[in-house]
Amino acid sequence: MSHLLEIDSLSVTFGGLHALKDLNFHVDEGEIVGVIGPNGAGKTTFFNMISGMVTPTSGDIRFEGESLVGLDPNQVTQRGIARTFQNVRLFANMTIVENVMVSQHCRTKQGVWGALLNTGKFRSEEQEIRQHAEKVLGFFGSRLVGYRLEQPASVLSYANRRRLEIARAMATKPKLILLDEPVAGMNPKESAELTDLIGKLRSEWGFTIVLIEHDMNVVRDVSDRVVCLDHGETLAQGSFEEVSNNPDVIEAYLGRPLEKT
Amino acid sequence: MTSTIEETASAPADVTRGAFDLEWGDLIKTGAILGLGLVFMSLAGMPTGLDGRLLIDPFLSLGYVSLLWLPLIVGWSVANEKVLEGMVATRKSARDVVAGLVVGAIGGAGLSLLIVLIGAFDIRDPLVNWNEKTQAFLSFQRGTGFGVIACIVVSALLAGFGASLHLMPRRVRRAIVSALLAVISVAVFESFLVDVADPLSFLYTKTGGLLPLWAAVVAALALAMTLSGGGERIGQARTNFQELTGPAKTRQNTILIVVSGLALIIIPMITGKITQELLANVGIFLLLALGLNIVVGLAGILDLGYVAFFAVGGYTTAVLTSTNRGPDWPEWFPTLPWWGAFLVTLLMAGLVGLFIGAPVIRMRGDYLAIVTLGFGEIIRILFLSDWLSGYFNGAQGITNIPPADFGIFEVKGTDPRSVFYLVLFFAVISIYVSWRLERSRLGRAWMAVREDESVAEAMGINTVNVKLMAFVVGAVLASFAGAIFSAKVGSIFPTSFLILVSIIILVIVIVGGMGNIVGVIVGSIVLVGVLGGPKQPGLLQEFSEYKLLIYGALLIWMMLQRPEGLVPNARRSRELHQDEFLQDAWLKGKVDDADENGNGADSGTVAPGLAGGAS
Repeated sequence: MSHLLEIDSLSVTFGGLHALKDLNFHVDEGEIVGVIGPNGAGKTTFFNMISGMVTPTSGDIRFEGESLVGLDPNQVTQRGIARTFQNVRLFANMTIVENVMVSQHCRTKQGVWGALLNTGKFRSEEQEIRQHAEKVLGFFGSRLVGYRLEQPASVLSYANRRRLEIARAMATKPKLILLDEPVAGMNPKESAELTDLIGKLRSEWGFTIVLIEHDMNVVRDVSDRVVCLDHGETLAQGSFEEVSNNPDVIEAYLGRPLEKT
Repeated sequence: MTSTIEETASAPADVTRGAFDLEWGDLIKTGAILGLGLVFMSLAGMPTGLDGRLLIDPFLSLGYVSLLWLPLIVGWSVANEKVLEGMVATRKSARDVVAGLVVGAIGGAGLSLLIVLIGAFDIRDPLVNWNEKTQAFLSFQRGTGFGVIACIVVSALLAGFGASLHLMPRRVRRAIVSALLAVISVAVFESFLVDVADPLSFLYTKTGGLLPLWAAVVAALALAMTLSGGGERIGQARTNFQELTGPAKTRQNTILIVVSGLALIIIPMITGKITQELLANVGIFLLLALGLNIVVGLAGILDLGYVAFFAVGGYTTAVLTSTNRGPDWPEWFPTLPWWGAFLVTLLMAGLVGLFIGAPVIRMRGDYLAIVTLGFGEIIRILFLSDWLSGYFNGAQGITNIPPADFGIFEVKGTDPRSVFYLVLFFAVISIYVSWRLERSRLGRAWMAVREDESVAEAMGINTVNVKLMAFVVGAVLASFAGAIFSAKVGSIFPTSFLILVSIIILVIVIVGGMGNIVGVIVGSIVLVGVLGGPKQPGLLQEFSEYKLLIYGALLIWMMLQRPEGLVPNARRSRELHQDEFLQDAWLKGKVDDADENGNGADSGTVAPGLAGGAS
């Protein structure tokens, strides 16, 4: 019960395909855990399962000691798990600040009457939402603030879209953030910068982080611990050095050397 | 020419092309389409049906106008060429007029062919208008031989004239167009103008139709006004207004709202019944469209059965106020004054919204649309059914609904002005509700659901609740209209709530501009006010028989040319014209970003390709 997130012999099958097989995994508060593995290893399915978008076939997911199985995605977010998406999925026609404001939905509560009567509570809540949104966006320097606040998300560059996705996840006030390939498509300079920011997400904002990433430099630089998945199974766990030197992991990425077959 | 981008782009700068250097293939195609259009209109019966309505006595009937505008517009557009950034336009020359003439002649030939064929075959069975009357009309009552030639000549001349408008100086062109429009509108809106200001009836003959002298005067006035620069001044004023920012803008907007509010209060006092009735009908459909705008425009739930809530509103009010409701209601069931019934109606509509919404809302997209369509019909059929006829009188409907009595004034159908004021009051409430909700936490959640439902769910929005809320708010707004409708008409029948009503409300929202309150207002005025509602006549009451044809044509044209609606929502417009918008944003944004982050080009600026693909 001491783990923040605990995953207990979790399996999911899509028809005959075992996307995840008997997975055991845990994350402690304040950790940054990297999840690696070749394409099709089940990494994103793993995230989808935690965030409630896919229901596991068997096994249990516990967050702060309570099971998440059977909860809707919005309830999972309410409990304190936020995520980003591998193929950036912003609300493209909402403005940048609205993207971040809307993700505070589950932390706020003003409804129809507050809006219609324009009550004091409604106004102060709106103001708080806005301030928090600007604060979160300010985390990424000057890129997403200022005149940008009122621009639609669709004008952003690819890298900025990824940043906005992270901002949106941060704004749900989570304990645990799941980052799905946060630096995919960024150039080396940008990914180094984002690696830095991921570190700050923990040190300054106190988030626990699980990230899926293919860029091994990023994984090495930020992760306390690395888990390698392949064909839905845990291949190796441990520090980056241990995992990256594990012969099974090397085999999964590069294939079996010819002479051994 | 309808020249393609490549052709225009490769043309050297400012080249005047020879008069017969034409894209003949394109011309023949456009001409054939024009011909088909003309034949279709003739066979749909619009020209012969409207021939009796004279516009300018005795020269021009509405029947001819309903055909003649087509070659004119096609001629204009055939010489119209879209010049994009970086392209070189060909200089307008005799070539364009020739193109217009050719297209017009081909189109006219289509009509000539129809004249000949009507004489040769008889397929009156499926085509009701395949008869001598159409033939005679098309030959200007002067025999087939004359008609065959006249059709080609008239159509060619009109199309050539349309094309030649491009050659005229801008101001002359504007003057001619405004003179034409002025005469036609003064003639077409005869009954409306006379109703607004009775003294104006001196313009018209007793049997209808503008007197030729006055037609000339109207044209001359319009010409003079445009030539003296009236159009430019109005355009300039509008640009000035749009460019205002900050407090000046707010002040202007306030003035605009106050002035239009006062106008809306004063206008019905001075006009006749026709206008008041028209305004009341526009208002009722505006109420419905505002409600649907929340459901479809904001939350993105395509509800094709919206009329159900209108029906529930109407019937609840009717049952609670009428003395002639079904016999099976228990003794203790109250008969309330209108406002009491109205409060119950709101509650009832909200409950029905929840009841229908709860199962429906779990579906998405097309499935949801089909299911709502079903529920819309189910509600109407329930009111119609024998099973409930003890309560709702089935097809006989509920009659004897008393007027809404407010002490100071009574709202009843025979006094459309009172209905209008009641509608106006509720329209203001609906607009306020839409406006407040759009800018609230709930409104943002609706937009997020519209943009991407699964992501909204993952961002902590309970999409089921949020969508249900949209459904309920929409239902309550629709019940406003229902309650007023039953007091206005005084009786209520299942046939008032056909599926067509749902569709027309949806068309209002789409044509006006989805997700935009001003757009919805404009949409209701254009569709219900000008064309007419499902059963309510509009300004163009002569066209009421062809209303659905015009609705359909308008909808298709809008989808092709202006999918964001007449008054677009900024967001939706962006969504539909993403490429242009991004190019624009890129050009503007580039400099800022380079200053802002050292690596500007990579991280700050827009990547049009990616952006276009990802939305």
